[in-house]
Amino acid sequence: MSEKSREFWRWREYRHTQPDMDWHEAKMVTAGVDIGSVGSKAVVMLDGKLYAYSVMRTGGVSEETAIKVTNWALEGTGLKNENVHYVVGTGYGRVNVPFAKRTITEIACHARGAHYIYGPTVRTVLDIGGQDCKAIRCDEKGKVMSFLMNDKCAAGTGRGLEVFADLIRVSIEEVGKVSLNVTKEPPPVSNTCVIFAKAESVALLRQGWPKEKVAAAYHLAMVNRIIDLLTKVGIEKDFVITGGVAKNIGIASRLETNLGIKPLEPKLDPILAGAIGAALFAKALYEKQIGLR
Amino acid sequence: MITAGVDVGAKYVKTVLLEDGKNVLTRANGIVGFDVWKSATEVFEKALLNAGLKRDQIAQVVATGMGRKAIQKKPPINPGEIVPEVIADAKGAYHLIPTAKTIIDVGAEEGRGVKVGENGKVKDFVINERCAAGAGTFIETMARALEVGVKDMGPLALKATKAIPMNAQCCVFAESEVVTLIHSKVSKEDIAKAIHDAMAGRIASMVLRLGVEKDVVLIGGMARNPGFLPPLKKELNTEILVPENPEYVGALGAALLALETEGQK
Repeated sequence: MSEKSREFWRWREYRHTQPDMDWHEAKMVTAGVDIGSVGSKAVVMLDGKLYAYSVMRTGGVSEETAIKVTNWALEGTGLKNENVHYVVGTGYGRVNVPFAKRTITEIACHARGAHYIYGPTVRTVLDIGGQDCKAIRCDEKGKVMSFLMNDKCAAGTGRGLEVFADLIRVSIEEVGKVSLNVTKEPPPVSNTCVIFAKAESVALLRQGWPKEKVAAAYHLAMVNRIIDLLTKVGIEKDFVITGGVAKNIGIASRLETNLGIKPLEPKLDPILAGAIGAALFAKALYEKQIGLR
Repeated sequence: MITAGVDVGAKYVKTVLLEDGKNVLTRANGIVGFDVWKSATEVFEKALLNAGLKRDQIAQVVATGMGRKAIQKKPPINPGEIVPEVIADAKGAYHLIPTAKTIIDVGAEEGRGVKVGENGKVKDFVINERCAAGAGTFIETMARALEVGVKDMGPLALKATKAIPMNAQCCVFAESEVVTLIHSKVSKEDIAKAIHDAMAGRIASMVLRLGVEKDVVLIGGMARNPGFLPPLKKELNTEILVPENPEYVGALGAALLALETEGQK
């Protein structure tokens, strides 16, 4: 692909199977399918332990994406759809998971998934997805106590970062690192709206600001907006970040600096939180179905 | 006495040269480039040239618009005063339509609602300057997604056969929604209507916070868009008047204010 037509927003799709696990030995095989607005995730769990997963871009038709991402998670494991006892769908496109027995909101799933990934000390989950940003308070069981969400405005979401990555022609996977390559933090971009912030960034580049400095200003503005949301819901330790944007070091490190709270290190890919939560709900629902609960 | 009004908008500079507060001698406009001062100066000099006048024949200049500070205290325009858009809007609209009580000004990057009192004075106002979805930029961005010229958007919307809702409120999200609608074979006409309906809904809800009192006047660049007026009328449930040269109303108001300023000396 030529440099000019490169899609800087496009991130790598991937899948994984835990090599030391065997599904033949599992009593319960459950799956969680999280159809996000930008990324879709499928996880397979054996007796409530993560076994296989896949992450891919959400296509134009959610049903097709749901089938594709689930098949990809199962690929190479020898598992077939009928071997999966219970599937729960979640995320923006959750109603379009044709083989899901139940759908559960991504808020509940993210809290539950964060509890699995980070442990029972988690009290505040910040999930930054493709087209929304949620601040969730939860208890020691991973149950949602309260939450606040922005799903109306691209500012403070992954999509806002994609627009910016495309503008400065830096891959979405690198843009956070690039934004940290400054000796001093510049003042944040003053516009909230992504469209206006983009125009402001163009003006800064024209003024001769290096792209690292503009990236720092853009990331900082985004972080300020996210902090507003977190402050409104109230932030309590332990604090964790989930969703695709959790992988952006420019956002994560600035959140840590400006909040004065260090987020817990993820032991697993934090983009999977919603799907993991769904698969755990699937396990609980299956236990209920067969009379174990 | 000849006065001038310069409205340095987000996208266009508009200038009006006015004689004795009555006769418009000329109007000129131009796109705002990287150097705002330079763009404004070019437009101002174009207006002088059109009217066959020199700078020293203009008794007073008042500047308005979001870029007004770029020309403040700088020759050759060197405005005697700079005023916020809502003040210029109210003055200009009241001059053209003395029965105007509510003015809606939708420009490239801002939307405003102004309540007008006696003699064109501002009683109250609301502004959206934070979100592109409530300004002309929204239509422009959607035109790009639809691969349609921005001037064709309004006429296209008028040819729609169906009213479909748009869910996205954000310009960036709406772009993706338009692409999805194209893929699901919704006609460009129907999509264009959905875009204008959504925009009218947002402007209406902003203006409704202010309260709508007749006569309602629409000005600014968006007043030129024929696809925007019908849904706005419907949302506000009222007739809406559009003066001639609606994008020059702010500049006209500034020129009228320049005459008042000069008269007070």
